[in-house]
Amino acid sequence: MSGESTVAIGLLLPDVLGTYSDAGNATILAQRLRWRGIAAEIRTITARDVPPTGCAVYLLGGGEDTAQLFAADWLRRHDQLRRTLETSAVTLAVCAGLQILGRSMTDSKGKHYPGLGLLDISTAPGRQRAVGEVIASCAVPGVGSLTGFENHRGVTTLGPDIAPLGRVVTGTGNGTREGGRHRGEGVLTERIIGTYLHGPVLARNPALADHILQQATGQILPALELPDQAALRQTYLRGHAVSG
Amino acid sequence: MVVQTPGVGPVATAPSGQLSLGWWTRAAVHAGLVTAGLSRRLGLGAGSIIGGRVTLVLDRHALRHLAAGRRVVLVSGTNGKTTTSHLVAAAVRTAGRVAHNAGGSNMADGAVAALAEARDAEYAVLEVDELHLAAVAEAVDPAVVVLLNLTRDQLDRATEVGAIASAVGGALARHPGTVVVANADDPMVVSAAKSATRSVWVAAGASWLGDATSCPRCGNTLTFTEPGWQCSCGLARPAPDWWIEGSKACTADAVLPLDIRLPGQVNRSNAAMAIAAACAVGVPADQAAAALREVDVVAGRYAVVHRGEQELRMLLAKNPAGWAGMLSILGEPRPLLVIINAREADGRDTSWLWDVPFEQFGSRQVVASGERAADLGVRLSYAGLEHRTVADPLAALKALPAGQIDVVANYTAFHQFRRRLGREREVAG
Ligand SMILES: [Zn+2]
Repeated sequence: MSGESTVAIGLLLPDVLGTYSDAGNATILAQRLRWRGIAAEIRTITARDVPPTGCAVYLLGGGEDTAQLFAADWLRRHDQLRRTLETSAVTLAVCAGLQILGRSMTDSKGKHYPGLGLLDISTAPGRQRAVGEVIASCAVPGVGSLTGFENHRGVTTLGPDIAPLGRVVTGTGNGTREGGRHRGEGVLTERIIGTYLHGPVLARNPALADHILQQATGQILPALELPDQAALRQTYLRGHAVSG
Repeated sequence: MVVQTPGVGPVATAPSGQLSLGWWTRAAVHAGLVTAGLSRRLGLGAGSIIGGRVTLVLDRHALRHLAAGRRVVLVSGTNGKTTTSHLVAAAVRTAGRVAHNAGGSNMADGAVAALAEARDAEYAVLEVDELHLAAVAEAVDPAVVVLLNLTRDQLDRATEVGAIASAVGGALARHPGTVVVANADDPMVVSAAKSATRSVWVAAGASWLGDATSCPRCGNTLTFTEPGWQCSCGLARPAPDWWIEGSKACTADAVLPLDIRLPGQVNRSNAAMAIAAACAVGVPADQAAAALREVDVVAGRYAVVHRGEQELRMLLAKNPAGWAGMLSILGEPRPLLVIINAREADGRDTSWLWDVPFEQFGSRQVVASGERAADLGVRLSYAGLEHRTVADPLAALKALPAGQIDVVANYTAFHQFRRRLGREREVAG
């Protein structure tokens, strides 16, 4: 049904990794394109489907432990998709979705599981669950402060050559310090944005949504004013830099 | 017409006479009642929670002692427990006196308070929070447990739905005398209720399966083939003992009118569960069904409030499943005021708004309100719903026309709004 000019957004495994309403990120990306006159479609890819490899953007959400291992296993079985994520598409991975893309994950009993290996990160359970609001300053130029709600036990350690998406101002984020100094939140590579922020993250951080869309389409997108958006950011960023 | 309760053997008769308590429990109950009365006189609210808490501090076995000798029905699930417990209480009241936590205080302290305030009631109908169901069931040895549904509620509550289901399953396995009246259409409920010795399955429907597309037992993807569902591991929808056809509740040998005043398909499901539960404690089904007509307002929900030229229908929905059920209640496109807060009792994380199918609300006048009006407003824009945003709910009413208006609020927003409307009336005299 999609023509050449339709941007396809692949929502991966919402039936498995749909616990924290991160599917909203797909709606947000599609609507922001449509409002600018660019055709967009959301392809919902469940565990029963053979995943299409032609999407410009792929999304992975958060989920509970069993679901996370199931999703990691499913992704490993679909090598074509793995190669697409590695070489051509732009991916937004949230929480469990972020952990899956790393080298390894450790469960609460200390058992190790391999990740997809697309990111040089590893995740192990922390002492206690990190639940609450997060503010981070985003490393993507022009995005400003990131706001979101985290709910996870994972502590994610980044390899030496991979940068976080932002620096934590309040909250936990990755739970580790980048270069032993600043506390990091998520990861940022050329193709993959990983974060612990729900909200969904793109509802609260429209500049990050547009960054993803510009990466995926290669187009510079005109600014978009949405009612209530400024008030929403004001709600969560009161007293912090609100730009973006 | 007397209907044999399906799936359940002969029903024991209710015990009668004064229930005896040990002197220490008696003293603890007395202290709790005095505190509750004092709290009420000081205008600190209904007083039942603080009273129950005092009793429990003085005697931590108070719940067990107060429940002893009564036929207890526990009503639990993520959505509909307040409404369903009111329906069950109305039905059981046709057979005898009933202790009921009607105000919706649904943890152990609320149960203690309800039992303490109705010492001579031979029945108890207790709404219980699903996180506390296993513990309360251990204490009261219920005659019946009603399990409506188990879905994700507040995202920042650390406990996962699967963990709740297995705790409930464990408690049911330890009480072989308990009859579980369970929703056959909810896979999570079925996995919890499977461990009960005696079960009555009700095809009560599932309005939202966001958490239940994978098997609660093995994690595999469930296969849904109307009206059933199944998994390769063997977990499947049980054959229902009760089902709904139009506005009738049916068993293999009876058809009963679901002649209720509460709106929507979701409440017909609650009513069918309530009739099945009342039958399980020995109330004749037709007698139970007839009693449900008595219920029109449930802890302020479904009330119609007249304010100037406007007629507000007060509705509560606090999670995606609750909202999905709300779609059947908000039939005709009346103007809509939605009020959203994100306090402790609501869950601090507003992400769940993105799992509410606002896209299906069609064209109607909508005003977004509450302490998280902006979160809601952004969500509505992306859903393509034109709306206005006014954070203060009373001010928001000014943006809506005269006539009938549906007000849907989440937990603390609902109660705040009710209180403010109430205060307005007092001032107006
Ligand atoms: Zn299974």
